[in-house]
Amino acid sequence: MIDWICEQIVLYWDIFKYLIPVVPWTALITVTSFALALVLGLIIGVLRLSHNRAIAFISGAYVNIIRGVPLLVHIFFIYFGLGSLLNLDRFTAGVLAVGICYSAYLAEIFRSGIDAIAHGQYEAAMSLGMTRFQTLRHVIIPQSLRIVIPPVANEFIASLKDSSLVSIIGLRELTRAGREYYSQNFTDFQTWFLVGLLYLVMTLTLTRLVKYLESVYAVKGFGSSRA
Amino acid sequence: MIKIKNVVCRFGNIIAVNGISLDVERGEVVVIIGPSGSGKSTILRCLNALEEIDSGEIIIDNFRIDKNQKDIHQIRLEIGMVFQQFNLFPHLTVIDNIMLAQKVVRRRSKEEAHKKGMGLLEQVGLLDKVDVYPEQLSGGQKQRVAIVRALAMDPKIMLFDEVTSALDPEMIGEVLETMKMLAVRGMTMLVVSHELGFAREVADRVVFMEAGKIIESGTPEKIFDNPSRPRTKDFLNKVL
Ligand SMILES: Nc1ncnc2c1ncn2[C@@H]1O[C@H](COP(=O)(O)OP(=O)(O)OP(=O)(O)O)[C@@H](O)[C@H]1O
Ligand SMILES: [Mg+2]
Repeated sequence: MIDWICEQIVLYWDIFKYLIPVVPWTALITVTSFALALVLGLIIGVLRLSHNRAIAFISGAYVNIIRGVPLLVHIFFIYFGLGSLLNLDRFTAGVLAVGICYSAYLAEIFRSGIDAIAHGQYEAAMSLGMTRFQTLRHVIIPQSLRIVIPPVANEFIASLKDSSLVSIIGLRELTRAGREYYSQNFTDFQTWFLVGLLYLVMTLTLTRLVKYLESVYAVKGFGSSRA
Repeated sequence: MIKIKNVVCRFGNIIAVNGISLDVERGEVVVIIGPSGSGKSTILRCLNALEEIDSGEIIIDNFRIDKNQKDIHQIRLEIGMVFQQFNLFPHLTVIDNIMLAQKVVRRRSKEEAHKKGMGLLEQVGLLDKVDVYPEQLSGGQKQRVAIVRALAMDPKIMLFDEVTSALDPEMIGEVLETMKMLAVRGMTMLVVSHELGFAREVADRVVFMEAGKIIESGTPEKIFDNPSRPRTKDFLNKVL
């Protein structure tokens, strides 16, 4: 019994040492693709509210098309389809796929965040002579951002988990490293248990971090009552 | 200064404003009264192009007001508007509320905008609230900040849409006081209000509206003490 426990501890430690160096890659893929998703999502979300019918239609179609296709297919399409045309490396293709996919979800969150701001805010800003763009930039979006922090944070955590899908195109991150270790040592239970545990530690840490940020950025007089 | 000619404004089947003509001179204070739904808000909103007019013409200081005009925002900044629901920006402190449009629209420096805001806040007795967020203000204080925010843009005209209707009675006075101060200084003002005492004291002219039309207009004494139309009498009897 004691022997078995010692053996297991040594095994887990060995797997752990193998996995830990790739954790930064998972973090890098997640952060990079989510940064892309934030920028694209904000642009698309704002465009969806455009008074120009063509712009509103195109941005709406973007959201619906992207959301209607599984992430795995996005990854294949961008890496094998576009990748061979544009000569994309694994990292770029993986980040593009996750980033574009999440931009559609974020666009919807941003759009509803902007919608949630009362009409009176637009009118007040416009009556002060602000243009539509200035109104969005200085009045609407800053308020929307506070509303959307919780759902955006959820998407960030989801994208961390979904980054595991890019292992399929051979991009080396946590899940990929798990597969490598398993195929060399055939310790399936221990390997996947530890991979799962590492994801869990990351997502739980992020959840705590988000809670903390929310409390720090809660502005007196705004959002505190909403949150 | 303001010329309103035969203005009609519809929402679908509803004719909110049905052929209104009204001229307002520089420095004049016009108070608009009338029952709910008579189009008082709508005509104010047409004046700074928050609503589009279906026919007729509005000319302010030689500018034709047209909601779809590209540079309509440049005309809007000459027209301050204060709303019943305050519409302060909740994510900005009092002083930032007042400085924002000065900076991005009037292109004033931070120092200049700040100085202007502080000067106006002092006049309405709110210097101690400079760095507070709107949520922490009373209704009357919010409305005074909203007035200051509009005034900081140096508008030529001020529009007030039932600015005391959402206030507790004990706070109405402080807001009316601020508006009186403006009137005395010669601001051109269009005021929708049911504060008849205020109208009597401050208005040069009172306009009674019903069903999208102007029924009667004249000096406060004439409208309140000696209205010529029965509908005006009915309305005043109900309000008083
Ligand atoms: N955005 C809108 N869409 C549809 N109908 C509207 C809209 N705004 C106003 N109306 C209608 O136009 C008419 C005039 O409204 P308005 O708000 O100008 O009246 P009011 O005199 O300001 O009334 P109150 O004293 O209640 O504020 C009303 O019948 C109202 O229902
Ligand atoms: Mg009204």
